Order: sequence, then C-alpha cells, then structure tokens
Amino acid sequence: MSTLPISVPVTETHLPYKGRVAMFTLIAAESAIFTIFVVAYIYYIGQSLSGPTPREVLDLPIFNTIFLLSSSLTIMLAERALVRRAMGNFNLFWGLTILLGAIFLVGTAREWYKLITVDHLTISTNLFGTTYYSLVGLHALHVIVGLILLTAVLIFSLMKALRPEDTKRIEVLALYWHFVDCVWVVVFTVVYVIGR
Amino acid sequence: MSESSMPLPGRLPEAAAQGTRADALGNIVEILHDWVTTVDHKKIGILYILYSLTMLVAGGIEILLIRLQLAGPRLNVLSGEVFNRLFTMHGTTMIFFVAMPIFVGFANYLVPLMLGVRDIAFPRLNAFSFWMTAFGGLLLYYSFLGGTGLQGAGTAPDVGWFAYAPLTERAFSRGHSTDFWALALILSGFGSIGGAINFITTAFCLRCKGMTLFRMPLFVWLMVVSSVLVILAVSPLTAAQAMLLIDRYLGGHFFDTQAGGSATMWMHFFWIFGHPEVYVLIMPAFGIASEVIPVFSRKAIFGYPAMVAASVSIAFVSLSVWAHHMFTIGMSAAGNAFFALSTMIVGIPTGIKIFNWLATLWGGKIRFEVPMLFSLAFLFQFLIAGLTGIMLSVAPFNWQLHNSYFVVAHFHYVIVGAILMMVFAGFYYWYPKVTGRMLDDRLGKLHFWLFVIGFHVTFDVMHIPGILGMPRQIYTYEVDRGWGTLNFIVTIGAFIQAIAIIIFVLNLVVSLFKGKIAGPDPWDAWTLEWTTASPPHAYNFDAEPVVYSARPLWDLKHPDDPD
Repeated sequence: MSTLPISVPVTETHLPYKGRVAMFTLIAAESAIFTIFVVAYIYYIGQSLSGPTPREVLDLPIFNTIFLLSSSLTIMLAERALVRRAMGNFNLFWGLTILLGAIFLVGTAREWYKLITVDHLTISTNLFGTTYYSLVGLHALHVIVGLILLTAVLIFSLMKALRPEDTKRIEVLALYWHFVDCVWVVVFTVVYVIGR
Repeated sequence: MSESSMPLPGRLPEAAAQGTRADALGNIVEILHDWVTTVDHKKIGILYILYSLTMLVAGGIEILLIRLQLAGPRLNVLSGEVFNRLFTMHGTTMIFFVAMPIFVGFANYLVPLMLGVRDIAFPRLNAFSFWMTAFGGLLLYYSFLGGTGLQGAGTAPDVGWFAYAPLTERAFSRGHSTDFWALALILSGFGSIGGAINFITTAFCLRCKGMTLFRMPLFVWLMVVSSVLVILAVSPLTAAQAMLLIDRYLGGHFFDTQAGGSATMWMHFFWIFGHPEVYVLIMPAFGIASEVIPVFSRKAIFGYPAMVAASVSIAFVSLSVWAHHMFTIGMSAAGNAFFALSTMIVGIPTGIKIFNWLATLWGGKIRFEVPMLFSLAFLFQFLIAGLTGIMLSVAPFNWQLHNSYFVVAHFHYVIVGAILMMVFAGFYYWYPKVTGRMLDDRLGKLHFWLFVIGFHVTFDVMHIPGILGMPRQIYTYEVDRGWGTLNFIVTIGAFIQAIAIIIFVLNLVVSLFKGKIAGPDPWDAWTLEWTTASPPHAYNFDAEPVVYSARPLWDLKHPDDPD
C-alpha cells in the first residue's frame, strides 16, 4: 500500500494508553452499578415499616472518611515518587495508602459490629438494613479489591521488580483507587447526611 | 488447527514434539486444548459464534414447542407450568445467549482485522469474557436438570424474561429456578462488560497507521456505540440481579412489597437495562448493513459522518426511554408524555440511517447476492418494526395493547426481522473470510426466501390476535375468542422459519468442505479484512497496513481514482 501514488500524508495519530481507556470504561460501568444502589437507597429512605431508623443508630464516620480520602493524597504522592524513581518514598506513601485503606475497613467493621450486636440491625431487619448493608458493603468490597491490588504492587516494589514501564499500569491502579474514594463521598453524603 | 497456533519461541521443542504425535486421540486432545486455552481473537470469535448457534437451536426448539401448544385453542401439548418455563427460557436464551454473543463473536473476529491490528486490546480478558458468557448459558440450562431432573422442564426459571417482582421473591418463587436465572445473567453480564471494555479500548487505542477515527469502518463504530450501551445498561442489570439475590438469599427487602419494598423499582431497573439492550443488539446489525449495502451497491456509504452521529444520538436517546415499557403502571401525565416523546425522538436519527442506506442504494449497481438480499429485507422489515414502535410509544394506544401479542409481534419484527436478518447477512458475507470457502448460493437463496416467507407468515399475522386482545404469556385460550386460525397460521410460519434455519445450518456445514474456494476478496470489497488471506493467518497481516482513506482496498484497486 505504500506504493500508492497518493499525496495524502499519513496522519500521525497519538493513540491513548489502553490501560487508561479500559479503566475509565470500567469506572463507567462501576458508576452505573453504584448509581442503581444509590437510587435504591434514596428511594427507600423513610420507607421502612419497622425500626431501627438511621437517625437512631448511625453515627457520622468522620475519622473514617478522613482516613479514606487522605489515602487519595498519599497515592498521588506515591505516583509522583514513582515517576522520579524515588522508590523509598514510593514504598512509604504506597504503604501509607494501604494502611489508611485498612483503617477505613476496620472502622466499617467496627460500625457493622456495633449495628449488629447493639442495635440488632441486620440486612434482613428492614428496608434500611437491606439498602444500608448492600450499598456500604458494595463500597467496602471495592476497597477490599483495591487493597489486594495495592498490596500486590507493594510486594513487587519491595522485591524491586517494578520496571519503569510498569509506571503506567500503576497509574491505572491509582485511578481505580481515586474512584473508590469518590464513591465514598457519594455514599457518605447519601447514607450519613441525606439519609439520616 | 495446529498450523494456526503460534508456539512461543521458548517452547518450540515442546510444540515440535506435540506435532509428531500421530494418534487420533492425541490430536483431538491437542485441538481441544488449543481451542479451550486460546486467546486469539479469531478463535474466540468463532467460539462465540458456534456457542450462539447452539443456543439458537435450543431457543428455537423451545419456541417450536410453545407454538405447538398455541396452535389451537385448549390444546394440551404442554402444561401451563412447562409453558411458563419454556417462554422464560426462550426469551432469556435468545437475548442473552444468542443475539448478544453472536455479535460479540462477529466483532471479535472482525474488529482487529478491520482496524489492521494483530489482536484485540486485552486477549486474556477476551477469553475470560467468552468463558463467563458460556458458563452463564450452561448454568441457565443446567436448571432443566437441577432439582427435579428432566421431568417436565425441571426447575427451569418460569418468571418471564423480565422477571417482575414480587413474583421472583422467595415467598412466590420457591426452589432455585429464579436463582439459576439471576446467576446466569450476572455471569454473562460480566462477560458482556468485559467484551465491551475490550472493543472500546481496541477502537480507541489500537489502530493501524493512518486509521483515524473517521476512517474506521462503520461496523467498528457501531460496535463501539453498542459497547458503550453495554457498559451503561448491562451494569444496572447486574446491580438489580445482585439486589434480587440479596432478597432471596439474605432476606433483604429490595423488591419485597410486604416490607415496604417496591415492585415498580424492579421494573424501572430492569427496563433501564432492557430498552438500551435493544440498541445493544441493533447497533451491530446496523454496522453489518453499513458494510454490506455499500459493497453490493458498488458505492461508498452515503453520509458516513451522519451515520456515526445518528448512531451516537440513538444510543444517547435510548437511555431515556425505558419507562415506555411501563405505561400501564400509572405514571403521572408528565411521565407518560416524557417517555412517549423521547421514544418518538428515536425515530429521527433512525430515519437518518434508513435514508442514508437508501441513498447508498440509489443509482448504485446493485448485485443481488445473498448478503444483499438479507440486507434489503432488513431495510423493509426494520422500517415496519420502527413504525409499530412509534405506534406503541403513544401512551393511550399502549394502554390498549400492553402485553398483548401486538407487542410480541413488534419486538420480534425488530429482533428477527432486523437483527437476525443482519446476522444471516453477516454469515453469508464473512463466511468466506473465516473459512476460506463460499457458502452455497442456491442453498443460501432457498434459506433467504423460506425464512422471509416464514417470517412474514408468522409475525405479520401475529399483530392481529394482539389487536383482538390476546395477551402474551398465556398457555392456552378459549375457542370462542376467535384466535385459533390466526395462531395456527403463526405456528405454520414458525415451522417454515425452522426449516429455513435447518437449511442454513446444513449450508454452514456442507460449504465448509465443499464450498467454492473464496480467495482473499470474493466480494470485491473495500475494508482491511479483505486484504489478508482467507482464513487469515494467526498474525492477521503480513505487514502492518497503512491506510489513506475509509476504503483502503478501493485505493489499492483504483490508484488513479483514490477515495
């Protein structure tokens, strides 16, 4: 085809990195899933036929929120360190991200433990229980998946197996983590601010 | 098969040793192993297509049984219970395990070839998606055996393909039939989403030199639009199925009306998926039409940018029309008006597409080969399907005909008359590329005429009992209703279509061995897949292609008159 006597120049197009595009697509799909759960939550606010109600049992998880949201900051710092190939800093900030995420999960676990044992609210108690545990649980599930992936990267990094060309992949993973944090902002607003 | 599997350099001795195994069993095991572990987009595409064809036969047998039961009033071919299970399985099978995967199969095979690249963006994700879809179907069909075994229809789901709550709640649907249904759709949903991610990423990140977005073949564009809809529509379904399973297994109350839950909620969630799903299926059909019609009219597609814009706007509008499936639940007047209007708006970009295809035909040197015959039938039938769609979008009209056979006739006009027609066109058009041999022309024409006649006998007539008030999903009816003759004609039509499909499958098998050798470019076409050998090598292209226009092969054949 290169022998064609056509003067049209081949347009040099810059193609985006496939991992990034795929992650944005996945995030779109996940957003659609969360939207359905959030819509269900909002629609069912105040529709429970029996107690306990959110106002009676839910406390604002302020610290938990601070921990999770600041993990977005630490992962960004880790990414910057990685671009500079400052692996010590990278390990530090990446580890801090995992720690913050883990603290968040422990916070959720403590909250659930209290709800189940003290307030006797389970997923089958009433509509509030059903929507609350599924929405917060779905988000926690995403945190768990994120933590597993983050930990895998940390192990690779400690084994000095991270090559410079892996940077792009790690940025894709960070994108996912930012998404999980964004979802928490929505969940926090809906469950603990509007729904209470 | 072994010739097309490229061993990795490091395992050459191993591969060579495998090649020397002469025993037949060893060969079969090797071929099987090759196909099960493959990550090649062409093989996965073929797997998708074979899988969908198998499911087409299963769904077809189900509908033939249903049609036998409905052929006359008060027949006793099936019990009411088995009837419920069969129409649920028919709908679920045809939508999720025939129509969706067959286009994913076509796209798997064709998108990388059309873009001039080696493979799809994520080959392993691709294999994962296929096996998820496949296991979803197996899980659904295992329900025939699960529980009570093969007596009757086992514990196949019996709640209709839209599975309205609260019928699906634990209290009303005992046993595991609904669980099989929900789990099967979650699994295949993961498969669809994985596939969609792959197509979008491939189109945006993997294109050969010179292949700008507006030089991509329209089939690729329409697969991208379809994939975006999968992302936005199948995900809500997955979420709704998860809620259903939470209700059924953990005692949740999402759709439990006894505890304040809302059955309407399920309808909204289902149709937020359900309506865009129609466009998920029709977009690839549009794509095939946009490839076949220009080639057999010997003209470039009319209004390429308008086609792309129209597809994107159809997709956009289709996300806001879902409640036209629910006019009878008693929405506000404003709600009814909104969904009626938004539904009618779909007609505008769809009209643009129809006129573009007509303008492509206009003044062209039309060759009436089998793919073109199917495409012309598609144009005609899709128009009628669209018109009954506009009728149904008028809320008061819809109140009269809601859940009647008029609706059944309407959406079968879309799915069989438009989508399946283009699947057949795609088979006749690309079979030579996939196998290296042409499908038999005489059998093809026989298939076409029998199928079109059968289609019209079935679905033209089916509108009438609907208008006379025959509701869908009933297993029998009284003699004095006067629906008997019409239903008998519909049943005859269904069997004519079945014969046509048998001829088609026969053609697929016979032509594999006896078909005319096709050569790389049997239709004198213009897109990149026709530049490579038929069937293509494992590595697709000998050298990475460079393109200068939307019709690279035209440029090559007519250097004095480039596109």
